Amino acid sequence: MLAYILRRLILALITVIAISILSFVIIQLPPGDFITSYIASMSAGGGTVSEAEVEALREQYGLDQPITVQYLKWVSQIVQGNFGMALEWNRPVKDVIGDRLTLTVIISLAAVIFTWAVALPIGIYSAVKRYSIGDYIFTFIGFIGLAIPGFMLALIVLYVGFRYFNANVGGLFSPEYAEAPWSWAKFQDLLAHLPIPAVVLGLSGTAQMIRIMRSNLLDELRKPYVMTARARGLTEMRVILKYPVRVAMNPFISTIGYLLPYIVSGSIIVSLVLSLPTVGPLLLKALIAQDMFLAGTIILLLGVMTVIGTFISDLLLMWVDPRIRLERR
Amino acid sequence: MAEPEQDLKPHATPSSSQGEGWGEGDFLDEDVTTTEAEERISVATAGQLMWWRFRKHRLAMVSAVVLIIFYLVVIFAPFLAYVDPELSEAQRSLMPPQPVHLFREGRFEPHVYAVKGARDPKTFKRVYVTDPNTVIPLRFFVKGFPYKLLGVIPSDIHLLGVEGVPVEEALFILGTDLNGRDLWSRLMFATQMSLTIGLAAVAISLFLGVLLGGISGYFSGTVDTLIQRVIEILRSLPTIPLWMGLAAALPGSWPVQRVYLAITIIISLLGWTELARVVRGRFLTLREEDFITAAELAGCSRMRIIFRHMVPSFLSHIIAATTLAIPAMIISETSLSFLGLGLRPPAISWGVLLEQAQNIQALAISPWLLLPAIPVILAVLAFNFVGDGLRDAADPYG
Repeated sequence: MLAYILRRLILALITVIAISILSFVIIQLPPGDFITSYIASMSAGGGTVSEAEVEALREQYGLDQPITVQYLKWVSQIVQGNFGMALEWNRPVKDVIGDRLTLTVIISLAAVIFTWAVALPIGIYSAVKRYSIGDYIFTFIGFIGLAIPGFMLALIVLYVGFRYFNANVGGLFSPEYAEAPWSWAKFQDLLAHLPIPAVVLGLSGTAQMIRIMRSNLLDELRKPYVMTARARGLTEMRVILKYPVRVAMNPFISTIGYLLPYIVSGSIIVSLVLSLPTVGPLLLKALIAQDMFLAGTIILLLGVMTVIGTFISDLLLMWVDPRIRLERR
Repeated sequence: MAEPEQDLKPHATPSSSQGEGWGEGDFLDEDVTTTEAEERISVATAGQLMWWRFRKHRLAMVSAVVLIIFYLVVIFAPFLAYVDPELSEAQRSLMPPQPVHLFREGRFEPHVYAVKGARDPKTFKRVYVTDPNTVIPLRFFVKGFPYKLLGVIPSDIHLLGVEGVPVEEALFILGTDLNGRDLWSRLMFATQMSLTIGLAAVAISLFLGVLLGGISGYFSGTVDTLIQRVIEILRSLPTIPLWMGLAAALPGSWPVQRVYLAITIIISLLGWTELARVVRGRFLTLREEDFITAAELAGCSRMRIIFRHMVPSFLSHIIAATTLAIPAMIISETSLSFLGLGLRPPAISWGVLLEQAQNIQALAISPWLLLPAIPVILAVLAFNFVGDGLRDAADPYG
């Protein structure tokens, strides 16, 4: 069991390192180093950068040293919690991202919960009542869900909301709460706005999950132990829910590792359409303005977030599946 | 279990001639049909069996037809367009789609009514008024803007045109965009771009996937573990932010073709993992097969075993997996271009067209700009169904 956790932890660490390298590459890609763009943006804004300040920044990030040293310096700055300056905002990256990252996490979690809450019962229904009208309808909706990319669904929802309900369904807060400090009322307002982004983000993942759950459960239901349970006179509910569903759920939990990156990815682009205050719009703006510090940090944090989520799902899987828990290797 | 294809090939003869020797009244009807059917199946080539299996998948067959139509549009895009897609005219900005009437006075005579633009004196908004008195007849195979079919054959014949007036002033099947460019014509060229970029990206992914998946599956051991870990890491990354980062680094001064190439590479760099997984899985199962052992014992070289014996027996699986990978590529390109980070104007793709329908204001004033979403959804669905059908058919002995 410990060996399993350790293995997963090491893999997670390697993934984080890989993400940090990729983010660093992205920061390095545009021509010139970021000090040049920092000076350029400062002078464009009418301000000046003193020679000493430039020297200090160059020293801090080791810009005259080999690229590996630069990478290590950047990483050690980040580990210490110093993410650098967001050029366009002229504020520390940490302040700019803070709340938006939390909201990204909340929206992604809501989408995952929606996916599970919908896919599990429908998957079970589709497997038990195979080839029924309901099964066909859900399969069809599932295929549509797979075929429509999140941002397109968001556009359609936006249009339908405007055309038929005369309401702007975008945003995550009512106007009066948008800039307000956190309070119970603001939290309730957030909950009220959450369903639409969660459904838009979760739909295609839900379609995949239904198909996985359906085929897993179908495999399980054919096994002899199900017939035994039935022959022994267990109620149909018990026969299905007690054992086959539990076994069929395993791959269901393990796929969350692939579901999460997918949802986080989707949240970036869906946020733009539905104007949600997540890191998505910020990332796009930073990339267009070539504010690579901000962009790199966002990409890094999104990646790390995904890795943490995946690791948690691994632990969850261990808790559900005794075969992993009892494995001794 | 899958039988090796090679074993079947020697006695694979055209199956239709097999049953002819039977006299019609010699046996009970049922007997004849079952033996005939069995006979046909046992001598059919793997390709025939796959085709029979695929044919049974109705949705896949319909989708295959849809895809063929899509790729006909790709080939004949300039012929199907009736206006130069770059021709802009502020006087025709944001015209709504125009209804085409097929019958006039009981006879088949497709025509449209003339549309006049004017400014609302109060709101200064452009409004368009249909004039039912001016009938403009539609004509087929008319001369229009010159183009080169497939980049080589020069022509100026277009499927649609009108009589009497310049076509760009009279025909707006799907309306126009903000710059007054004809949406139908642009959609044709966008289809060409989006569907070919999907193919190009999948080709690169396929190369990477087969190469790395093959190495991983054939050599196993440390190499295998290493490649599997790389795949696992790549699959746990959120792709869109990474793509955005890479795509944003492309210099704005690059010409359209180079951006196209770069975007294709960026998309496929993160998209090969699924294909590699499939290839590795097939390699692992095939390695245990008797006919591979036989080939090894017969002294075949490693290369010959891979290309002569292994590749033909998993080719169909690869084709199925490739088909299933294309829709993801199409969605990736559309998403990136939608964000303004993928293909950039003057390139025209589905994503570039949809970029104009990005906010609620645009949707409220001109909902027809959302129309390019329909071909995206259709194409993705069709590729998924065909891929599903191919996957079922890929193992015809199963």
